[in-house]
Amino acid sequence: MLISLKWLRSLVNCDASPDEIAHRLTMAGLEVEAIEPFRFGLERVVVGSIRSIKQHPAVEHLQVCKVQGSGGSLDVVCGAPNVVEGQMVPLALDGACLADGAKISSADIHGVFSQGMLCSEKELGLGEDASGIMVLDSNLSPGTPLAEALGLDDDVLDIGITPNRADCLSLVGIAREVAALFGLPWSLPPISLKETGPPVETLTSVSIEDPDLCPRYAARVVQNVTIKTSPLWLRQRLEAQSIRAINNIVDVTNYVMLELGQPLHAFDYHRLDGNRIVVRRARPNETFVTLDGQKHQLQSNMLLICDASHGVALAGIMGGLDSEITPDTNTVLIESAHFQPTGTRRTAKALGMSTESSYRFERRVDPEGVLTALDRAAQLMAELGDGELAAGYIDVYPVPFRQESIQLHGSKTNRFLGTDFTREEICKYLESIQLKVRTAEDDLLVVDPPSFRADLSREVDLMEEVARLAGYHRIPSASPTARLAAAKPAQDQVIRQRTKQLLAAHGFCEIISYSFISPQAVELLRLEEDDRRRRLLPLRNPLSEEQAVMRTSLVPGMLETAVRNQRQNNFNLRLVEISKVFFSRGEEELPEERFNLCGLLSGRRRPAGWNEPAQSVDFFDIKGALEALFLDLGVADIRWANTDLAPYLKPDAAARVLLADTCLGDLGEVHPRVLEDFDLKGPIYVFDIDFDLLMEKTVSLKKFKPLPRFPAVNRDLAIVVSGSVAAQDLLDYLEQHPPQYAESITLFDQYQGKQIEKDNKSLAFRITYRSGERSLTDLEVNEIHTAFSQKVIAAFQAEIRS
Amino acid sequence: MKQEIDTLLQETIERLATIDSAKDVERLRIDVLGRKGTLSHLFKKLVESPAEERPVLGKILNETRVRLESAFEEAKSRTTSISTHRTALDISLPGRLPHLGHLHPITRVSMEIAEIFQRLGFEVVEGPDVELDYYNFEALNIPKDHPARDMQDTFYVTDNIVLRTHTSPIQVRVMEKQPPPVRIIAPGKAYRCDSDVTHTPMFHQVEGLMVDKDVSFGDLKGVLTVFVHQMFGADVDLRFRPSFFPFTEPSAEVDIQCVMCRGEGCRVCSETGWLEILGSGMVDPEVFKMVGYDPEEVTGYAFGMGIERIAMLKYGINDLRLFFDNDLRFLEQF
Repeated sequence: MLISLKWLRSLVNCDASPDEIAHRLTMAGLEVEAIEPFRFGLERVVVGSIRSIKQHPAVEHLQVCKVQGSGGSLDVVCGAPNVVEGQMVPLALDGACLADGAKISSADIHGVFSQGMLCSEKELGLGEDASGIMVLDSNLSPGTPLAEALGLDDDVLDIGITPNRADCLSLVGIAREVAALFGLPWSLPPISLKETGPPVETLTSVSIEDPDLCPRYAARVVQNVTIKTSPLWLRQRLEAQSIRAINNIVDVTNYVMLELGQPLHAFDYHRLDGNRIVVRRARPNETFVTLDGQKHQLQSNMLLICDASHGVALAGIMGGLDSEITPDTNTVLIESAHFQPTGTRRTAKALGMSTESSYRFERRVDPEGVLTALDRAAQLMAELGDGELAAGYIDVYPVPFRQESIQLHGSKTNRFLGTDFTREEICKYLESIQLKVRTAEDDLLVVDPPSFRADLSREVDLMEEVARLAGYHRIPSASPTARLAAAKPAQDQVIRQRTKQLLAAHGFCEIISYSFISPQAVELLRLEEDDRRRRLLPLRNPLSEEQAVMRTSLVPGMLETAVRNQRQNNFNLRLVEISKVFFSRGEEELPEERFNLCGLLSGRRRPAGWNEPAQSVDFFDIKGALEALFLDLGVADIRWANTDLAPYLKPDAAARVLLADTCLGDLGEVHPRVLEDFDLKGPIYVFDIDFDLLMEKTVSLKKFKPLPRFPAVNRDLAIVVSGSVAAQDLLDYLEQHPPQYAESITLFDQYQGKQIEKDNKSLAFRITYRSGERSLTDLEVNEIHTAFSQKVIAAFQAEIRS
Repeated sequence: MKQEIDTLLQETIERLATIDSAKDVERLRIDVLGRKGTLSHLFKKLVESPAEERPVLGKILNETRVRLESAFEEAKSRTTSISTHRTALDISLPGRLPHLGHLHPITRVSMEIAEIFQRLGFEVVEGPDVELDYYNFEALNIPKDHPARDMQDTFYVTDNIVLRTHTSPIQVRVMEKQPPPVRIIAPGKAYRCDSDVTHTPMFHQVEGLMVDKDVSFGDLKGVLTVFVHQMFGADVDLRFRPSFFPFTEPSAEVDIQCVMCRGEGCRVCSETGWLEILGSGMVDPEVFKMVGYDPEEVTGYAFGMGIERIAMLKYGINDLRLFFDNDLRFLEQF
């Protein structure tokens, strides 16, 4: 809401600086977001003093004036008949903009370089006189901005009005607040009516068919008006608040709306069929053309202002093209009505419209302010349009407004706020904003809020007013006290943070990408038709197709992030994200939300350095990163399978992560075709884990095992087996058939190559033997190990590697 | 015997002086001081010597051992330092760095916020990102067709399902489940369909809620003052300013003294010296009624803040969009 300070000061005589007024309003909940100087379109127009006048050398009717502005004299070519040496005149400098939109710039005019323009009233938009240069008061000093010289300069406050304070969407509303905050009196502009015309009842009538949407409709008629440009003072006030001046009648409706907060509409009386108003809901399929030329298809819950036959205005939103004020209008019917907020809002939303009028009605206009605004507008229209005001007014008010009293307890207020205000203080604050306070008992106040404060209906609302008007700074801060309660640590959160920290310690960089992705992403990942990641949840109003569905996988966002970084020539990537994915459960149900963990590796295994051989990451780096995480989280019994692989991974470098029979996720090298689709340079390795599932298996409390008291004996077993045997098969066998005293079995070497037969491979295991009761002798270990080796060889048709 | 001892000492010291390899020193040490070494042999002979001489000889032997030990120690450190010198490292060469990982600044800041409130006894809870209109709006006293809905541009999934526009619905979900007292904070993502220089369609918030008997507006001021001082420093001034949220009454915006200019006025604070960092207020009685709490019995406060905003102020980040570009050149700074 823009507020002209000059206008405001005409209602409340407050001589505080703009900054001080802005500060007080802000600290009372009316946040002043900016204070803008307003120059009435007269930027770069200054007072100029004509020093000398010479005939233009080439064109007879032109003169060349030497004009002094703020600096030295300028040559200005001028064709006006009334220029005289010594005059003070408006000088438009380079860059100034005239009322008709023309921009002033220095230019050569028939051989003379003219450095500006001397202007008429009309050219400046200050009046109608176009006959010659506007002559200013000779006492002005050259160089003064014209707006300042003419008293047209102003400061405009831009105030953010919260939805509860509809009463402040007007000059009067803000004046009331300023008066309360500074302890000053304020007054409504005086209204005096000369009702010289015939009784209004003989001219028109109003009937309301839908009082639920329109509880009140009042009207007056002004006859024999002259449509013309509004006087300067009025246009200035409108334009200071960014309302374009149109003509005296339309301008008055806007002026009164800004002043009192009541939106009005002016109809051309003679263009109303039957010269009367009917307020009704639109008929099914009724159409209506608003004065901006738009045709609207109406619905039967929309309120329409009609004449005897047709719609003439969308109630509270915009008037119709057919009944708008034109230069030929002679008689005006003024509408001042109360339209129900949600009805107005629904209609405006449905039609995609928002006007100064609908904005106010949606937030609720004071139903008791209808007549004041009507009278104010009637007075101004009669005065400014030289019209005759019909006697009396129409006021159809089928549902009169009633406001309940509110009980306010002083002690409760103080307990709630943490204050110790006296009853007198509380009364003073409430009365300062025109609430009527009656004392019922010592502690109890009975308060009648005014009709313009619909936001005050409960005791707590009044407590807020007390706090707001006293100032929040007057409420002492209490040091936090509360009953001690052992807060349960949020286990999920703890494990997620721990995982992030662990992966960061392993060199991963955490990313956060958007929760929405393109529906195309599931195609790019080549997901099967029945993959649950195709259970996408689409947004009804996405910002773009790229962000149209909630993601079911973190992989697309991860690959997109890699793309962006590769574009910056960053190919060494170690990225991780833990975020939610969303699986649709159908239209009317909330989706399933699960935390996933996604990681990506590519580029160098170790950071570049002067003695670091450049090695690239491979499958076992990404696998190792996961293994380290599982170890840290205490997740045992992880299995790695190479069946049912993720379709976006290379089948010969991918695995599924299994825990018991549950699939935790996938890892491996991204398929070259997927890389191509994303425009990525590979190889790139990713893992994608259902983190919620993993969390269920996480051991939160690790158990201590006593340290061994007796020494261990290590023996290696290197065997050659068929290339088709997986290391895991052997490890599983060894684990399931462990030799006596085996404490651990680890794989420490794999070899394929010249030294052994083609298609075979050699695997080497280290077996650590240890007894819990005594030191083992070499002899007995040898015996056990040999027997065990034979058993393994037999089981796998292997050979001992020589 | 004494002669033997003296000779051993003298010869050993002389020989040590000629040795410049740590290995040779060690070899000689084993010969002289080892379990089967010369000195040990002499100790054995001590037993066979006449009883009256034993105390004197024993003393000499012990002294000799001490002197030998220190001689070997000295020789060892001398030879070791010589050998180091021979293969000197250019210690100015850069070290071999491991990969350094980084937590996203949003994670860092939300952890820090959570820690502050956890120290004050608040419990961390979470809620769904995709939310029922009921929890996101209606239960927070924002009915359909209310102008307050204009304050937030909402992503809709269906008429009744939205992407939560704030973390406030978590308040309602918690209160529905547990009786008072409640003391929670709820971090999470929120969504609004708005994207420009100062808005991203997804962002992060932390919500806080305390409900108990006789919780006052003064308590709210107290807790948030503690928070601001822990987060931004005890010398940072803050102010509470009336505002409006449908689910709190009274409502307050909290401004902190601009951390860039210390309140002098600069571009970041639009010359006001103040920066808005969070919204707060006393829980509106309507919200209590929605969850079945008796507003005559309990009162409470709630607050919510944007994590990006706090991270920007804390780290001096000047562009909101950087958070979700995930450019390593950005992420690696944290």
